[in-house]
This record gives sequence, structure tokens and C-alpha cells, in this order.
Amino acid sequence: MSRYDWLLGLHVLSAFAMVAGIVFFVILLLALWRIDSARRAATLFAVGKPAVMLVGVGSVFVLVFGIALALDVDGYHLWDGWILGSIVLWAIAVGLGMRGGKHAAKAHDLATALVARGDESPNAELRALIRDRSSLLMHAVAGIALLATLVLMIYKPGA
Amino acid sequence: MLAQIRPDDWDFPLLLHVLGAMLLVGATLMATIAALAGWRSDNSTLARLAFRTLLLGVIPAWILMRIGAGWIESREGFGDESPGWLQVGVIVAEPGLLLLLIATLLSGLGLRRARKGGGGGGLTRAAGVLAAILLVAYLVAVWAMTAKPGA
Repeated sequence: MSRYDWLLGLHVLSAFAMVAGIVFFVILLLALWRIDSARRAATLFAVGKPAVMLVGVGSVFVLVFGIALALDVDGYHLWDGWILGSIVLWAIAVGLGMRGGKHAAKAHDLATALVARGDESPNAELRALIRDRSSLLMHAVAGIALLATLVLMIYKPGA
Repeated sequence: MLAQIRPDDWDFPLLLHVLGAMLLVGATLMATIAALAGWRSDNSTLARLAFRTLLLGVIPAWILMRIGAGWIESREGFGDESPGWLQVGVIVAEPGLLLLLIATLLSGLGLRRARKGGGGGGLTRAAGVLAAILLVAYLVAVWAMTAKPGA
């Protein structure tokens, strides 16, 4: 295997880790959408930890190996439109994902606190945090940015 | 170096294939963790999440991935002499579908038993183990199809 093969393999595996974490998180948010019970919400949030780790590790390494590929391959440059565009979209996706994630963390903390207090009744504050529209919008835009990044990576306009 | 030299009209099928594969890996990871965590805590919330993820997430993602794969394969025209990295993908995808369907069935039966108060943890655990095996196989296929070792 050449250096290009290694870099491409690691770049794509990192992208899979990042997207897998996001898909995981989206499924979790969909599952939480109709839940009022703090205990059930806390149970679902608790399985979300691997997603946070995957998105964090994947998003760093996809950028690192992507830049290494751009420097390694003759004919690719960091200032190529499709590469610059991908980096900007990556930054948008990561920034919005982190903001949306903070919102989810607040909901997780509240659900955990309610369970610790033994409060099993439906909680309006928890419901509002889980169904917050701005958080949903941030996750949706982050997902669209990632999809656009994938399109740029495959079509490579101008390359 | 395929990505650098492939014809432009392969781009859309490749996009479908990669997008499907990414959704497949993410949804399989979710199903695995939900099934195994649900078994450990004997929790029907997680058992339901595992079953629904397999049925409504993993199976549709597999279909999208396979449609894209078949589309590109028809254009590449390898014929009977397909390269090793492609064979790895086929070996993981085709028998993997059978494992996926069995995992979905076991997960559904486990959820049904859990709802009736009869446990179902063993079935959910089996579904989680099968999903974990699939996840590892998918990652091997991603590596083989991207880095193309031996090509």
C-alpha cells in the first residue's frame, strides 16, 4: 500500500466515524422526541456517550488526514475551491453540532437530576429542551453541511 | 487512485453508495449499543430503540448502499474477474443481509417478550452480538474498498 492509500483509508475511516456518530445522535434525538419521562430520557441519553466521542475523534482526524492528502497528492492544493469549500462546510457542521450538543447535554443533565430526585412525572422543562426548535435547526443545518461536504469530496468540482 | 481517474458519470452512484454505507455504519452502531445496553439493564426502551433502528434505519441504509454498489459495478465492467477489494465488499454485504435480517427478527421477538413482561433479554443480546459482528465486517469492508490493499 502506498502513502496515498493509507492517507485515503484513514481519511475515509475518520469520515465514517464522524458521520456514524452524527447518525447515532440523530436517531437518538428522534427517539427522544416523544418522550416525557425523565427516566426514559436519561436512559436514552446515557447510550449517547459513544456518539459524542466518535464525532469528536472523527471530526479532528478527517480534517488532519484530509489536509495531509491535499498536501500529498500532485495536482491537489489546499486553496482548491472544492477543498476550501469542504473545510468551510466542515467548520460549519462542527460548530453547529457542538452548539446543538450543548443543548442536548442540558437536557441530559436535567433528566438525570429528575431521576435522582425520584421525579417520574412528565416534565415541561425537559420536554421543551428536547424539542427545542433552534437546536433541531442547528442539527439539520450541520447535517446538510456534511452532506454537501460529501458531494464536494466525490464530485471534486474544478479538480 | 480510482477516485482521481474515475469517469464523471460514476459520481452519483458513488455518492449513493458512500452515503448509504455511512448511514449503515451509524445506524448499525446505534442498534448494537442499544441492544447490548438494553440487555444489560433489561430495559424495554433500549430494546425498542434497537429494533426500530434495525428495521427503519439499518435495512433502508443497506438497500441504498447496495443500489449504489450495483450501479457502479455495472459501469466498471469487471466481469468475472472482480478485484479482491470488491469481493470483500460483496462478501460483507450479501451474507451480511441475512445476518441483518436475523438480528432484526431476534430484536423484534425480544421486544415482544419484554412488553409481555417475559424478559426477552437473551434475544435482544443475540441481536446485539450479530449487529456488532456486522459493524466490524462493515468497517473491514470500508477499509478494503477505500485503501484497496493488494490492488
